[in-house]
Amino acid sequence: MAERSFATEVQQLRHGAGTTLHVEGILAVTKALLQSGVAYVGGYQGAPISHLMDVLGDAREILQELDVYFENSASEATAAAMLAASVHYPLRGAITFKSTVGLNVASDALANLASGGVTGGALVILGEDYGEGSSIMQERSHAFAMKSQMWLLDPRPNITAIVEAVETGFELSEASNTPVMLQLRLRSCHMHGAFVAKDNVRPQMTIKDAIEQPKRDPSRIVLPPASFLHEQEKIGSRWPAAVEFIRERGLNEVFAGDAADVGIIVQGGLYNTLNRALELLGCSDAYGNTRIPLYVMNVTYPVVDSEILEFCEGKRAVLMVEEGQPDYLEQNLHAILRRADARAVLHGKDLLPIAGEYTATAVTRGLSAFLNKYRPEAVEGAPALLLPDDDPGSPFAPRVEPKAVHGRPPGLCTGCPERPIFSALKLAERETGKQHHISADIGCHLFSINEPFNLGATTMGYGLGSAGAAALNSAEADRRTIAVMGDGGFWHNGLTSGVGNAVFNGTDQVLLVVDNEYAAATGGQDVLSSQADNPIRSTKHPIEKAVRGVGVTWAKTVTNTYKVGELRDLFVEALTSKQRGPKVIVAQSECQLNRQRRVKPETNKKIKEGKRVVRQRFGVDADTCTGDHACIRVSGCPSLTIKPNPDPMRTDPVATVIDSCVGCGVCGANAHAASLCPSFYRTDVVVNETWWDRALTKVRTAWIRALSAPVERRAAKYEVV
Amino acid sequence: MSSWKSGRRPITIAILAMGGEGGGVLSDWIVSVGEAAGYTAQSTSVAGVAQRTGATVYYVELFPPSEKAPAERARPEPVLSLFPTPGEVDIVIASELMEAGRAIQRGFCTPDRTTLIASTNRVYAITERIALGDGRADSDQLIQDARAAAKRFVGANFMHLAEQARSVISASLFGALAGSAALPFTREQFEAAVRTSGKAVEASLAAFALGFDAARQPAPTPAPSRPAGSGPVPVAIGRRPPHDAAAEAATAEEERHRTLAATDPGQLVGPDLQAQAARVAEFPEPARSMLLHGCVRTAVYQGVSYTDRYLARVARVAALESEDKGAARLTTGTARHAALWMCYQDTIHVALQKIRRRRIAGIREEAHAKSGQLMQVREYLHPQIDEITDTLPTRLGRWLAGSAPFRRVVTKLTRNGMVVNTTSVAGFTALWVMALMRPLRPRSLRFGREQAGIDDWLDLVVRTAPDDYDLACEIVECQGVLKGYGQTHSHGSESFAVLMDSARRLAGRPDAASALARLRDAALADDDGTTLRAAVTSVLGERLSDERPTLMR
Repeated sequence: MAERSFATEVQQLRHGAGTTLHVEGILAVTKALLQSGVAYVGGYQGAPISHLMDVLGDAREILQELDVYFENSASEATAAAMLAASVHYPLRGAITFKSTVGLNVASDALANLASGGVTGGALVILGEDYGEGSSIMQERSHAFAMKSQMWLLDPRPNITAIVEAVETGFELSEASNTPVMLQLRLRSCHMHGAFVAKDNVRPQMTIKDAIEQPKRDPSRIVLPPASFLHEQEKIGSRWPAAVEFIRERGLNEVFAGDAADVGIIVQGGLYNTLNRALELLGCSDAYGNTRIPLYVMNVTYPVVDSEILEFCEGKRAVLMVEEGQPDYLEQNLHAILRRADARAVLHGKDLLPIAGEYTATAVTRGLSAFLNKYRPEAVEGAPALLLPDDDPGSPFAPRVEPKAVHGRPPGLCTGCPERPIFSALKLAERETGKQHHISADIGCHLFSINEPFNLGATTMGYGLGSAGAAALNSAEADRRTIAVMGDGGFWHNGLTSGVGNAVFNGTDQVLLVVDNEYAAATGGQDVLSSQADNPIRSTKHPIEKAVRGVGVTWAKTVTNTYKVGELRDLFVEALTSKQRGPKVIVAQSECQLNRQRRVKPETNKKIKEGKRVVRQRFGVDADTCTGDHACIRVSGCPSLTIKPNPDPMRTDPVATVIDSCVGCGVCGANAHAASLCPSFYRTDVVVNETWWDRALTKVRTAWIRALSAPVERRAAKYEVV
Repeated sequence: MSSWKSGRRPITIAILAMGGEGGGVLSDWIVSVGEAAGYTAQSTSVAGVAQRTGATVYYVELFPPSEKAPAERARPEPVLSLFPTPGEVDIVIASELMEAGRAIQRGFCTPDRTTLIASTNRVYAITERIALGDGRADSDQLIQDARAAAKRFVGANFMHLAEQARSVISASLFGALAGSAALPFTREQFEAAVRTSGKAVEASLAAFALGFDAARQPAPTPAPSRPAGSGPVPVAIGRRPPHDAAAEAATAEEERHRTLAATDPGQLVGPDLQAQAARVAEFPEPARSMLLHGCVRTAVYQGVSYTDRYLARVARVAALESEDKGAARLTTGTARHAALWMCYQDTIHVALQKIRRRRIAGIREEAHAKSGQLMQVREYLHPQIDEITDTLPTRLGRWLAGSAPFRRVVTKLTRNGMVVNTTSVAGFTALWVMALMRPLRPRSLRFGREQAGIDDWLDLVVRTAPDDYDLACEIVECQGVLKGYGQTHSHGSESFAVLMDSARRLAGRPDAASALARLRDAALADDDGTTLRAAVTSVLGERLSDERPTLMR
């Protein structure tokens, strides 16, 4: 079950024609899929489209009513291969994943799909993880569109435009027998806006129909001679068909302006930012009435040569606003204009940043440079962001002491079961007296590379933690390497790419599999080894069983990662064991974020029903704490923080545990395992006491009062309260 | 045309929060209140991985209903931006003080336009928390900067207000937004948005009300002037940065203590310390408050004669005080650090701290336990062999410390630590017995070692003070690196020895005091002494030998 529930929101998917829906981008996309008569949907979660998968999961009843098949794919490759159902059958299929990492994984399947082509509309919805908030390498999806010849839609950030892009995407795919990719930029996915709904449409052909009427056509299979034929088809028939469809349906938009001798060509996804920049410079208004002619590429691949030439006709200069690098579009435009011997001068990344996100600041500055070169009289606005950064009027003028603003990178949550794992690993390294090469993976556990753990040297991709250390395997070395993998990455591919590989090659590696019972970093989706009952998926398949199945003999599962000492000893054992080959430690405890979401309502219910409940939290004695913060350096828990020293004789802040503590126990375990200090205590408060609790309280209170009386009497001789 | 300049533009709102704080809920409420009033609303965020406690920005634009819309429209509805544009943000809401600083740094909050609504509480960043000493950013500075960088600054501890209402900060901040009157909607319109969302409505509205009122408080004092004639800043908080209540109470108590120390020191100590309190009057006035704290502490720690020893130690240094009419830095520092060192944290003292009544009362309060409700307190103790032998009488301790079988047994027994339930009969009794061992302390191994260390340290101070007062003050402050338990403490002792050695070698140099201060900072920069070794090399121009200088025998 995912971290966020869309159970209420998905009811909006039932609305019919004419209703205005105020929704988030991802919900609009789901509605658009249903309006398009989609027959099957799959995908793999990952920001910014994790919620799209969650919405689809929560919408399963509606999907069933419409005979839409939905699968939580094992990986992006699985999702892409699913689209094979649209090769022979007129089934509309959609898949979704995070780009560009998802495209990397899916490329094999997508290249095969694009080679043979499709009959039913095949749509790949890409959650473009680029710019601020991104957690992956900064690359472009555009390259994948070009290399396999799939069309790329980049609708302007507007809910209606996005809904329309989904619908036309299917049509374009069918008209040109080509898979279509729909790029949803990060901010568009999380965007809230409104659109007018249409009725949901049941697929013309369902999955069941297709299964019962199997078809085959060897000319669609990638094997010579068909593969050579496919390449010719791509150029000879599919490309022209796509261009014709795009022109005919006017998917790209042209806006005239009175400054007709210049123009701007912009990717659809950047249209809003460009219009804001034009507004700031006094060249447009809130309704997009621009003075500078615009060509908005809602389809960024293929580029329609004729439209480019028509737009550039009679213009002195044109600016291409294209985010990311390399500048594929700008290069393409240069080729088009040169071949046609067109007069317009083309500007782009000579005036705009070559790399990095095209923020309002970046676009406004580049646009200002362009307009001031060719139409200075059109520029009527002078926003402050154009001033040099050291000008007192600039928004970037130094107005805050730089030292007072620290970075605040994401980290492990309060009570996270992964924290004690890394504490234990740190302590094991201290005990063995050796530092190790640690190959990290993708997932929450990657936060180990930051303070306070500083563990992990590389990360090569999802599920590739073990493979990332494959070369560092030597019988002569005096120590082993350590690899980390999450349960998500493990099932995604790590079992074969990492564990199987290590068994086969005899890799002498300690592999830590962090099993928090969910794909936690992407929002708590279930995976094969999840412990929860899932009504539509098969769970509870242990990771240890799987690794033993591929030949690992040294494998241990720890079911309570909060026991730092035990885990430390296990790490030491694995690091020093005489046995060669992979040694797999499965460290299993439930993701605290999801656990709290599950447990909190249960506890509240028990308290209301008058049942005995023990509330736990940790604390630090300010008197005993000497303010060295060693505890924070082995933990980093957000609930273990500092406060001003209440002792008038001391000045350094003391450690403290704040109310958000969930009593996970890691503070106590660390105090023990790291021999920290005697300041930590756990408080258990009993709610709805039994008679025994009350009796116990009485006896203890009396005893403690008696013993502490002389202690307090002595102190009172010296102290004044 | 220039409709942007003529004011046909959306209201722009940026929310800076940390993942998990409800920034998304807050932006949903703003969208809801805007849409209900006929505005075109668009919100977005980049939460992603930042949802895991990282800093993140939510952004909302509200476009007024069909106001003077042009007849010709390229788009049927307003085109709204997904990015906050530096210099063009009308309202910034920051859930925490450092995030307000971040908003200023990123150019979202500017003096010509922005209403800055910020919670003044601090959620410390990891870099502030892991420092060995005090790594906190300067809150006062941040508040001053926030005032100067905003057109209008609305500040209060909205986190505290939310907790009061048993709600979350998004609700009190939404109330503050309503109370600030920065948006053209009524209180009822805002509250309707909370009601429509339908989750924890009552608690949210209670927090909303507290936030609303806090934001409307009139400025109690005129604001300090802004640089370069930008005019006065209307502010909605007092001159003093609003610290949390606990810190304010502590400051008031210190003030009271200082006043009484000068006028009636006897009131600050118990009946058995009256003679010592009288003697404190012989010391420079600024040092007296600290001395009285030291008297009480040393007496509770060991006894009245130990307090006499304390006063004698400080008196040695006070005799060399040259800032008699100033802050008496040297005497005050010695009064502070000598007491802290003399009351080093050993097992006997920790046991005493654990069984004090006021401690248990404090824990009950912290755990929100009602009177009479069963509460258990479990201590996580990890006595190490040295800590045990240190507490024993010198000869026994030394013998056992050298005994391999004893070491093996203790190591085995304590390897995984022990948990003591202080609130149980057995647990309390065990700690009580431990605290009873106090009279044995002066005969222990560690006691002898610590007293010798203290005397060596003070000898150095006394030798240095006549020639270089500032250096002597810095030597006193070096005691601050002696902190922690176990490994942290032994690292501290090593650092201290290096600092004392350096102090001797620095003596005579004109920059000796500042150089030693730099070395002390370096000692607190990491856990393994790397920074200190590097600093010693650069300050003294020679590499530190691997053989560590020893001060303490």
